[in-house]
Amino acid sequence: MNLFADALAWLADPSHWQGPGGIPVRIGQHLLLTALALVIASIIALPAGALLGRTRSGGAIIGAIAGSARALSTIGVLTLVGLWLGIGIGPPLVALLILAVPSLLAGAYSGVQSVPGEITAASKAIGMSSAQVMWRVELPLALPVIVGGARAAALQVVATATLAAYTADVGLGRYLFTGLKTQDYGQMLAGSLLVILLAIILELAFAALQRLAARHASPHSTPALSSRRTSS
Amino acid sequence: MTKKKLLRFGSVLGIAVLGAGALAACSSADPLDNSGGSEEPDAGGSLVVGSQDYYSNEIIAEIYAQALEAGGYEVDRQMRIGQREVYMPEIEGGKIDVFPEYTGNLLQYLDADATATESQDVYDALAEAMPDGVRVLEQSEASDQDSYVVTKEFAEEHDLTSVGDLAGIEGLTLGGNSELEVRPYGPEGLKSVYGVDVAFTPIEDSGGPLTVKALTDGQVQLVDLYTANPVLAGGDLVVLEDPEALFLASQVVPLASDAVDDEAAAIIDEVSAALTAEDLVALNARSVDEEAAAPTIAADWLAEKDLA
Repeated sequence: MNLFADALAWLADPSHWQGPGGIPVRIGQHLLLTALALVIASIIALPAGALLGRTRSGGAIIGAIAGSARALSTIGVLTLVGLWLGIGIGPPLVALLILAVPSLLAGAYSGVQSVPGEITAASKAIGMSSAQVMWRVELPLALPVIVGGARAAALQVVATATLAAYTADVGLGRYLFTGLKTQDYGQMLAGSLLVILLAIILELAFAALQRLAARHASPHSTPALSSRRTSS
Repeated sequence: MTKKKLLRFGSVLGIAVLGAGALAACSSADPLDNSGGSEEPDAGGSLVVGSQDYYSNEIIAEIYAQALEAGGYEVDRQMRIGQREVYMPEIEGGKIDVFPEYTGNLLQYLDADATATESQDVYDALAEAMPDGVRVLEQSEASDQDSYVVTKEFAEEHDLTSVGDLAGIEGLTLGGNSELEVRPYGPEGLKSVYGVDVAFTPIEDSGGPLTVKALTDGQVQLVDLYTANPVLAGGDLVVLEDPEALFLASQVVPLASDAVDDEAAAIIDEVSAALTAEDLVALNARSVDEEAAAPTIAADWLAEKDLA
C-alpha cells in the first residue's frame, strides 16, 4: 500500500506535469505512437484480410502468420530492428506493427469470411457489382468483427508502446525504465497506472465503436446475425 | 523500523529472494561451473575462491585460483555465486576466502553515504568500511566502471582526450540507460563539473549493441560504457579521461579472509599488479568473441605474464 501512496504522491507533484518530460507530453507521445502504429498496421492488414476473407481461402495461412507473429518477443524484435535502423522511433514502431497486424488481419479475415454466402449471392442476384457487394454488403456486415480486431490490437499496442522508451525519449515507458533503475518504485507504479488508464479509455472507446458498428450492420437485429457476431 | 518501512523492506526482500532464486537456478545449470560437489569441509591449506555471476568477474577469480594453485595452494572454486546481496554474507561468514570485487561499487554497497569518487580515496574508504575478518588486498589498475566514450573519429576531429575537452562543442547528445539522466554524473554533472552541455537520449540496453551502434552511426556523440566492455578492445572507440572524478572509481580489488596468509596474499598482489586495464578488456573480449571458457582464458593470461 505504501507503494501506492508513493505513486499517488508522484502523480500529485505538479512538477511532474510540466515541461518536455511532463506527464501530458508523454501521454500525448504515447497516444500518437499508438495511433500511428494502428493506422499503418490497418493499411497493411485490413485490405489483405478482407480480400482473403472474400475468397474464403488462406485461413490456415492467416492463422499461422497471426500465431507466429504474436509469439515473437517484442523486445527481441526491437533490438534486431534497432541494430538495423539505429535508435529512434523506428524500431519500436516496427515492433508495434508486428504486434498489431495479426489481430487486425484476423478480424478482417473472419469478419468478411463470416458474411453468409446466401447474402452475397442475393446481392449479386439483384444486380450489384462485385465492388458494390464488397463496399455495401460485406464490409458493413463485417465491420463489428473488424472493429473487434482493432480493439484487441489497440489494447496490445497501447500497453507495449512503453517499449518505445527503450530506444527513444518517447512515451510513458520512460517512467517505468527510470523508476526501475533508480529504485523509484512510486514513479514506476505511477507510470504503469497512467498506461492502464489509457488502456481502459481506449478499450471503452473501441467497445462503443464496436456497438455502433453492430447497430449499423443490423439495424433490425436478427437473432441469427447477432449470435454470429458475438461468437466471433 | 516503522510498519510502513517494514512493509517496503519486506517487498524488496521478496523481490531480492526471487531474483536470487532465479540466479541460483541459472548458475547451477552453468556449463562453465566446474565446482561440482565441493561440499567437503575446509581441509587444511585449502582456500575457497568465489566469483560473482558475471563472466568478467569469473575470469578474474579463475586467475586468482590458478595463481594460488601454482603457488602450491589447494583451491576450492565456488564460481558464479550471484550478486553482492547473496555472496557478501558468505564472505563475512568466512565461507569464502578470496573474491574479486570492484572498489567503488563495493564501497557503495557497504556505505551508501560514502562520498569518495577518486581512486585512492575510494580504496582507503573501502579498506575502512570492510567488515571484521575480511580485508582488501592491493587494488589493480584494471577497472570496471562507468566512463564516457566517443568514437575515435570524433575524438580526433575535436582533439579530445578528457571529458572537459567536450566543453563548447554544440549539439552534443548523450546516450545511455534512462537513469543516467538523473544520476549525479549525468548531464547535470557534465555541466557543473566540466561545463559540457548535452542533450539526452535513452538507450535502454546498458551499453550493449544498440548503444554502440547509435554512437558509431552518429545518432549520439557520447555514451556511457563500462570500462571493461570488450567493445573497447576494437580500437574504434575512445574512453575520455575523467580528471575531476565525476564517476565513482571502481577498480578490481581482491577480498581476502583471515585464512589467506601473507604468502597467498603476495601471490594475489602480484596478479593485481600485472592486470592492466587493457588486459581486462582483452580478457572479456576473448570470452565474448571466442566464447572461450574462463579457465582457458585465465591460464593463457597467466602464461603470458609468466605468473604460473
